[in-house]
Amino acid sequence: MALLEIAGMSLGFGGIEVLRDLDFTVEEGSITSLIGPNGAGKTSVFNCLTGFYRPRSGRITLAGGRIDRLAPHRVTRLGLARTFQNLRLFRELTAAENVMAGRHCRTGAGALDAVLGTRRHRREEAAIAQAAQHWLDFVGIPDAAERVAGSLPYGHQRRVEWARALATEPRLLLLDEPAAGLNTSEKEELIALMRRIRDELGITILLIEHDMGLVMQVSEHIGVLDHGRKIAEGTPDRVQNDPLVIEAYLGRDEDDASEAA
Amino acid sequence: MSATTAPAAARSPRGTALTAVVILAALGIPLVANSYQLEVLSEAWFYVLLCLGLNIVVGYAGLLDLGYAAFFAVGAYTAGLVTLKLGLSFWLSLPLAVVAASIAGVVIGGPTLRLRSDYLAIVTLGFGEMVRITVRNLSVTGGASGLVGISRPWLFGYKLSSIENYYYIFLALAVLAVVASHRLERSRIGRAWKYVRSDEDAARAMGINHAAIKLSAYVMGAIFAAIGGCFYAAKMTAIAPETFTFNQSLLILLGVVLGGRGKIPGVILGAIVVVVAPELFRDIGSMRMLVFALSLLLIMLLRPAGIWPERWRWG
Ligand SMILES: Nc1ncnc2c1ncn2[C@@H]1O[C@H](COP(=O)(O)OP(=O)(O)O)[C@@H](O)[C@H]1O
Ligand SMILES: [Mg+2]
Repeated sequence: MALLEIAGMSLGFGGIEVLRDLDFTVEEGSITSLIGPNGAGKTSVFNCLTGFYRPRSGRITLAGGRIDRLAPHRVTRLGLARTFQNLRLFRELTAAENVMAGRHCRTGAGALDAVLGTRRHRREEAAIAQAAQHWLDFVGIPDAAERVAGSLPYGHQRRVEWARALATEPRLLLLDEPAAGLNTSEKEELIALMRRIRDELGITILLIEHDMGLVMQVSEHIGVLDHGRKIAEGTPDRVQNDPLVIEAYLGRDEDDASEAA
Repeated sequence: MSATTAPAAARSPRGTALTAVVILAALGIPLVANSYQLEVLSEAWFYVLLCLGLNIVVGYAGLLDLGYAAFFAVGAYTAGLVTLKLGLSFWLSLPLAVVAASIAGVVIGGPTLRLRSDYLAIVTLGFGEMVRITVRNLSVTGGASGLVGISRPWLFGYKLSSIENYYYIFLALAVLAVVASHRLERSRIGRAWKYVRSDEDAARAMGINHAAIKLSAYVMGAIFAAIGGCFYAAKMTAIAPETFTFNQSLLILLGVVLGGRGKIPGVILGAIVVVVAPELFRDIGSMRMLVFALSLLLIMLLRPAGIWPERWRWG
């Protein structure tokens, strides 16, 4: 069953066309990837899905309900969580406080509850603190809780961002280049973590990634974007051998080469 | 990572001792101080309340508000009108002032909090001036001469009128403001304020409605000032538009920034400094505001994060 369906989605800024008539489907329970050269429009797809960009046309449905035209916070409440290509942690806050952010949309105590110290406030705070520690444990950094997020090693900061996204209890997790800047062993751990998220938590994953080895290893389904258009789609095997895909990557290399010259 | 809502100071031995000493000293001061000193210190406690209120907006939520005195005015004029024009009990003015400040906060904050922070500064500045000019020109608020003869509140059959009474009232308000700030800071909403300040887009991606959260900070700050304004009116028995100028807003902001945005003990200290320091410089006459301003400038250049030490957490 399709968890996420993108149909005929186009996006533009002024005269620039960023996405053109995009159709794409993510099956429930899958690890699906979106690949393509730099500037192809991958991150823009995420921004459309999460309500940060408003597509010019097309429709997006999550588990059958339309989510285009919803504000980002409402999309998250409906079960879509993301990480950012460039880490977007609350750097001056602790790792635990960062992860607690994910619980905001699943809790409801107000300012008055806090001032009066109501039971609801106390009960929720205890549960939020517990959840924060749980997710930090889950992503493998149990001791980071009280550390200021910005002071953690880069790989751990990435994990805090994952824990924060998981804390929102998503149905679909969007990961934007999670392996960027990680070393080989960290990448191995990342693959294991992605599999645990899917297998143990039953969360569907949509991945943007440049590391082709990693993509081919974890994905069941891959979509390829180039210049805002989907040029190929299918299993890793099929996509790898698609002449259009090969050309898109090689073609871009030639561009880069001539630019550099 | 306990979910306690007790003040942090109560959780470390040094903090507990420090808090106890400060509170005992504050309680004992009226036994030894003269009435001039009590006036100054009452004002200092009053500023602690105002600065902690503005700290919610500026410190936690990271919004620049240059018209905060307007909410102080809303409270003061509510108390004045409720007791003078309606002839009702002072105590009734408290809930009414909270409602009035909330409405004012939503009306002004609702459409503007989406703006970039520099626009927000201009809009809030304009709002502050607008409130002052409005009360100055309405006859019901007494025009330029304001409201005179506001009746004193009664408590348990006792009329609150001496400076000692108001010293303790403002001390109690300051303590309540500290407790409320402390609880808010460690709450779901308080954290959301900080998320929005830190990275608005990341906060939105976490399911936080940034516009609503900013508005809640703005309104909460407004409520602190409005409550303070009610008691200010009761203490002074007379209020005039010129109390609520841009300079007033700036002085409150100075207390927050000087002490250190978002740090409760720092803001307390900042509030006390902006009230007490000009009094200490009184001997040098007309130069005192200049000396005061220069020392503040110096402190801010040397310690942009405020005078409260970064690592010296109270708790
Ligand atoms: N907010 C924006 N305004 C204008 N152009 C944008 C905006 N966001 C993305 N783009 C453009 O869209 C294209 C695709 O960008 P992006 O989605 O970040 O690509 P990718 O993630 O595949 O590298 C780029 O040419 C980029 O300049
Ligand atoms: Mg990208």
